[in-house]
Amino acid sequence: MTTQLIYGGAGILLFVIGLGSVLTRPGLWRRLIAINVMGSGVFQILVAVAYRGTAVPPDPVPHALVLTGIVVAVSATALALAFGQRLEDEDD
Amino acid sequence: MIDLPALAVSLPLLGALAAVVLPSRGGLFGLVAGALTTGVGLALAARVWLEGAVRSELGGWGAPLGIVLRADGLSAAFLAMAALVALAITVYAGRYFGGSERRRHFWPLWLLLWAALNGLFLAADLFNLYVMLELLGLAAAALGALAGTQEALAANLRYLLVGLLGSMTYLLGVALIYTAYGVLDLGLVAELISPGPVAASAFALMTGGLLLKAALFPLHFWLPPAHANAPAPVSAALSALVVKAAFYLVLRLWLEVFAPVLGPAVVVPLGLLGAGAVLWGSWRALRAERLKLLAAYSTVAQIGYLFIFFPLLAAIPAGAGREELLAAAVLFALTHGFAKAGLFLAAGAVQGAAGHDRIAELGATAQALPAATLAMALAGVALIGLPPSGSFTAKWILLERALSLGQWWWIPVVVVGTLLAAAYIFRFLGRAFRPEAAPQRFVTEPRAELPALALGLIAVFVLGLAALPLWDLIGISEAAR
Repeated sequence: MTTQLIYGGAGILLFVIGLGSVLTRPGLWRRLIAINVMGSGVFQILVAVAYRGTAVPPDPVPHALVLTGIVVAVSATALALAFGQRLEDEDD
Repeated sequence: MIDLPALAVSLPLLGALAAVVLPSRGGLFGLVAGALTTGVGLALAARVWLEGAVRSELGGWGAPLGIVLRADGLSAAFLAMAALVALAITVYAGRYFGGSERRRHFWPLWLLLWAALNGLFLAADLFNLYVMLELLGLAAAALGALAGTQEALAANLRYLLVGLLGSMTYLLGVALIYTAYGVLDLGLVAELISPGPVAASAFALMTGGLLLKAALFPLHFWLPPAHANAPAPVSAALSALVVKAAFYLVLRLWLEVFAPVLGPAVVVPLGLLGAGAVLWGSWRALRAERLKLLAAYSTVAQIGYLFIFFPLLAAIPAGAGREELLAAAVLFALTHGFAKAGLFLAAGAVQGAAGHDRIAELGATAQALPAATLAMALAGVALIGLPPSGSFTAKWILLERALSLGQWWWIPVVVVGTLLAAAYIFRFLGRAFRPEAAPQRFVTEPRAELPALALGLIAVFVLGLAALPLWDLIGISEAAR
């Protein structure tokens, strides 16, 4: 139970740190990394939720959610990076 | 029986794949997949209207494990609107992108956006809604950047990041719900949810994330540059459909999951922000120097009206009275969808002919294109809320309810917003009535002007005079099945 709370609490902390950084700091890189930190926080909460003690196997549903979420986050990050690259190219 | 909900998502997706494999034939695939998807969307709406809610369990796997699509009255109404608006955009885009290099990117992304939109209207669980929301956001930002200019790129990068922030916040709310109740299916969550801090924080997180995507004042800052700098058919899709999807989701989550356990007070802030949006958006639209920027700020204002409906809905106990007001809110959203898409498409035709969209210098061009100007005038009628448009009926019911519930303070907001709308519509329409040489013909570019005109006619006449089926449709919810 304690382990689960530590992981879940750390997940919420990551989300809050990411959110704070997105809202207060400028710059594409920083914002993009901050959004990914927020995402990792949510995924960590979901992984912590899946834990049902050592005797029972973990709940598979949150794991599936995290996998899908990672795929979505990677695609979104790639698209944002492509945009950033285009903007820099045109600046030259 | 044909699995219409599954087809509504898979047909545009297959079209998108085909357009990726054979980009030179993108326009053909777009038109075929678009026509079929429109047919499926309308058929599904008709089936819901005639036979009641439709539910489809993909691959025979039901909730809680499988993916379930369902169409009730609310989904059917939005699905049908999206089908018609998207068909007009598809026809228009065929000419707009023509043989240009951009068409290779447009068709796959556009069909992907349509698939995500239909998926969002049909999804029955919180996580699939998240996936569809992300797909929609990614496709929308990529489409908006197709204009290729520096401003368009910067605006859409910001749109993408704001969208991601919104969906991450929404996802945290979903995680919270799953932690507390162990289910994601909307119906099951609604059964299990109980009043308390979990429900309140999940509501705050999910709604907060969605408001960012719906561009509710003061979270609208990203919308005007992104919508005003996109190519015309994309602007139409973003303003008429994509923003509406976020509103649809806020409405559905609140009605179905949160309204029974959270008090009416939680949606009062939504109404207040909506009032702010009506005033600020209309004012900025009046001050805009470019036609597309005017249309984009008008979207900010019209979204505001939609959120004013929330506190009034919350003040009425569930039943026939609330359904009537809900149907009015949906009618307002649908009318805006048709009108704003028509306005953006017609503005695109005028911009194409003039080479710019500075309102002060558009007079002569607008006069040379009577069909496009008529389309803009019809869209204007619907945006102001003049009879017989759908938004006139909707605003009428809104004002009537505000009076009978004693919430009179919404009335001046609606009146001022309507007056400002009349001012900004007549500001550009007035330019088309100056003494100039009489135009040669009514329609110059059929594939550019006729879709816009059709959308304007639907917004004013069909939704104004024949909206009664909507009232039947809104009464059809899954619970009543």
